[in-house]
Amino acid sequence: MNTVTSSLQRWPVRQPAVFLALAAAVWWGIYQALAPASEALVAALPVDRASHLGGALQFFLYDTPKVLMLLTGVVFVMGMVNSYFTPERTRALLAGRSEGVANVMAASLGIVTPFCSCSAVPLFIGFVQAGVPLGVTFSFLISAPMVNEVALTLLFGMFGWKVALLYLGLGLSVAIVAGWVIGRLKMEVYLEDWVREMPRTSAAFEAADSTLADRVQAGFAAVREIVGKVWPYILGGIALGALIHGYVPEDFMASFMGKDAWWSVPLAVLMGVPMYTNAAGVIPIVQALLAKGAALGTVLAFMMSVIALSLPEMIILRKVLKLRLMATFVGVVATGILLVGFVFNAVL
Amino acid sequence: MDIKVLGTGCANCKTTIALIEQVAQAQGVAIELEKVQELRDIMGYGVMSTPGVVINGKVVHAGGVPSREKIAQWLKVQA
Repeated sequence: MNTVTSSLQRWPVRQPAVFLALAAAVWWGIYQALAPASEALVAALPVDRASHLGGALQFFLYDTPKVLMLLTGVVFVMGMVNSYFTPERTRALLAGRSEGVANVMAASLGIVTPFCSCSAVPLFIGFVQAGVPLGVTFSFLISAPMVNEVALTLLFGMFGWKVALLYLGLGLSVAIVAGWVIGRLKMEVYLEDWVREMPRTSAAFEAADSTLADRVQAGFAAVREIVGKVWPYILGGIALGALIHGYVPEDFMASFMGKDAWWSVPLAVLMGVPMYTNAAGVIPIVQALLAKGAALGTVLAFMMSVIALSLPEMIILRKVLKLRLMATFVGVVATGILLVGFVFNAVL
Repeated sequence: MDIKVLGTGCANCKTTIALIEQVAQAQGVAIELEKVQELRDIMGYGVMSTPGVVINGKVVHAGGVPSREKIAQWLKVQA
């Protein structure tokens, strides 16, 4: 009995290519069936489809599995990609490069390199030790937590590809420009002394040979860890969205978060600083704001601020950055996010 | 067996410690488990992602919580 179940569990690892092809097909099939399935389910219940409850229910029954499936798929694929772009490889790609191009690379690599905010500091120091320029390291540090696959997937699944693409583009821009600006300010002296005294290390590394099977396992581990941690927030967020779609009147938020309120953007950025949640936790709030009239620029600014300027991360970063550099970092990033919010609201 | 878990104290680091203790107990292996939380000391091992695991002076893991199978393997090899 034990060997049958365990060999069943092991087959994706023994036949990774077959597993991937099969999984993709099954995933796609289920995904296409979600909308009709949710309608059929609501029709079978003693609820009037045209009522508030009916509308809210259908929304919830369709969106919940849809978003969960999207997230599982994306996290799995990113788990596989992350197993390639280890911090060591990213560091080797960035070490010694001149700024400008390196800022763009760093911000882009921030998307595909695995990053947990408690690793922010070891990673930061590791980069600096190997000769990655300070500004480039900052580009990475800004982009990594902010432009992550969970945020992008949830934005895509719940608000459409345009919003997701916007967040991606603007997030990268803030990371690139802010990092570049900090680099130009030549503030290396404001690193804590013990950091500057750390021995130089070489960025060269030996890539461990990873097979496709290893990467599939990494994908599974990522799904267990991320989706396992984040699904309550998603359920909560969609339930909230369903309620709002069904019950809260339009324009409720527009009065104080709409485009005309110029102070809404700075307020949103300021509100974001003391808040820290992971990318999924902020989505219910984004959902509530967007659905009822808040301007898109303001909401994106808020979301970026919550994730990129998190108080817990700053407390940890204070151990390696002197106050002046810390303040510069917060100031430059906040300004970038503010600009994003304003420009957006003005243009759309 | 001397095991050090490197981390600044986030949830993943705590989970890693608990997991190692569990597996060691289940396998009946005697270990000396130490938490390394000072950044300076963590950097001394050259890890860039926490949690990190160091066994008898060698870094065996960095980044994310290690799986039970992995931990069991480490304990078997060293014991």
